[in-house]
Amino acid sequence: MLEKTGVPTEQDLAGVIPPRERLARGPVAVIECFQRIPCNPCYTACKQGAIREFADINDPPVIDFDRCNGCALCVSKCPGLAIFVVDETYSADRALVKLPYEFLPVPARGQEVDLLNREGRVVGRGRVERVQNAKVQDRTLIIWVAVPKELSMEVRNIKVGDCQ
Amino acid sequence: MICVQRTEIAIVGAGPAGLSAAASAASAGAAVTLLDRQEQCGGQLIKQTHAFFGSEKQYASVRGIDIARLLTEQVRALPNVEILNEATVLGYYQDDGVLAFEKDDRFQKIKPERLIIATGASERTLAFPNNDLPGIYGAGAVQTLMNVYGVVPGRRVLMVGAGNIGLIVSYQLLQAGVEVAAIIEAAPKIGGYLVHAAKVRRMGVPILTSWTIKMAHGQDAVEGATIWQLDEKWQPVPGTERELEVDVICIAVGLSPLAELLWQAGCAMKYVPELGGHVPVRSELMETTVPGIYVAGDVAGVEEASSAMVEGRLAGLAAAQSLGYGLTDAAGLIEEAQRQLESLRCGPVGEKIRRGLAQVGR
Repeated sequence: MLEKTGVPTEQDLAGVIPPRERLARGPVAVIECFQRIPCNPCYTACKQGAIREFADINDPPVIDFDRCNGCALCVSKCPGLAIFVVDETYSADRALVKLPYEFLPVPARGQEVDLLNREGRVVGRGRVERVQNAKVQDRTLIIWVAVPKELSMEVRNIKVGDCQ
Repeated sequence: MICVQRTEIAIVGAGPAGLSAAASAASAGAAVTLLDRQEQCGGQLIKQTHAFFGSEKQYASVRGIDIARLLTEQVRALPNVEILNEATVLGYYQDDGVLAFEKDDRFQKIKPERLIIATGASERTLAFPNNDLPGIYGAGAVQTLMNVYGVVPGRRVLMVGAGNIGLIVSYQLLQAGVEVAAIIEAAPKIGGYLVHAAKVRRMGVPILTSWTIKMAHGQDAVEGATIWQLDEKWQPVPGTERELEVDVICIAVGLSPLAELLWQAGCAMKYVPELGGHVPVRSELMETTVPGIYVAGDVAGVEEASSAMVEGRLAGLAAAQSLGYGLTDAAGLIEEAQRQLESLRCGPVGEKIRRGLAQVGR
């Protein structure tokens, strides 16, 4: 259970994972924020109006998957680093996961990295497709990593080896 | 002869609460003297590299270090604020309303018309065998070492406490390349925000709830720790011991308000565990039972920095208003600050705070 382990359960995730049909249409945000805490920057960051205005600042975010275009603006604005963008249309067998990253070394584009799940366990290898580090992100980088499609809802971190 | 300086409002502590109080009081027109023992303003913010929660009104998504800079710049831009850094307040003399402080190796005195105490809180410690070995730190000390001075405390850390500070400092240790063996938490649940917990979990750090430290080991410094599990009654279960090889044990078991000045001033105090210890009884405008003495931030009850900033604004406005400043718009600003505090505290994580605050109304 999340409050004991810090890892969301399948049941927790079932409430935030976009429906299959939406995932089949391209990139979309997955907001893994399960606790009522006073916080709303995801709503103020979203230019698409996809994250509903908070009636109470403690409400967990509610996202309209049809309005979300997967732009990832919210990813680096979330103080909890709890938002990921998943694109299951990336290629025939690969999905793209865009994840927030605040560690060194920064991976290079094209670099192969270990893929980690929500418990930090290595679940496979993936390739860094892009590293976003715009000023507006304020030092929270967004790493685009291509992962085996079946791992799109598992991979939530990467481990970068020493640069060769 | 020691001469006594005068000011309209003296504020003790230039952390998020004190800086916000200085900004609001001075913007209303009052002459403010802000005293802080450190060489730079910002209090604990200067080592908080993580982005804040809350809303835009409390600098959500901005990192603590940058909020310190923003608030300090805001206060520095106000001509009617005098900032005294490296000024350690030593005492308050109740009879004549004089605040004594040490600065430039001199004992100095200032007599304010209003006083805002924003001294914050100090870290609690934990009793266990060998807890005096070098390598055992408070989490705040580790954060200062790393994020202010750029020094890592060791190679492998046991974090004791899974509140926000324990979780955040664990993440920052990982960022600095230090290994975190485990985070243990005596309570059956993680106390900090679960998103902070998720961040360290996906780095592979285990969080063990209902676990505590039994003892530390080492000759001249920490070489390891024994941890053991607690039952439902918080009693250690013999036979569950585990050994961890660590050279740092980091204690993050909560904070207590730094209320000495309030005691000296004769403010009515109340022991409220929900707020971290002895806290002052106060009005909705943050005025204590001693007229003219206000409080803001962790000294009034341990909470998030977001609330500390809003309380500071509120106390600053109220103190200025009581001197006759800002009368045209003060009411609206005060109401707005109170509304923000209410919204920050109205959720489940604010439940404990609400229970605590219900006991300290004047």
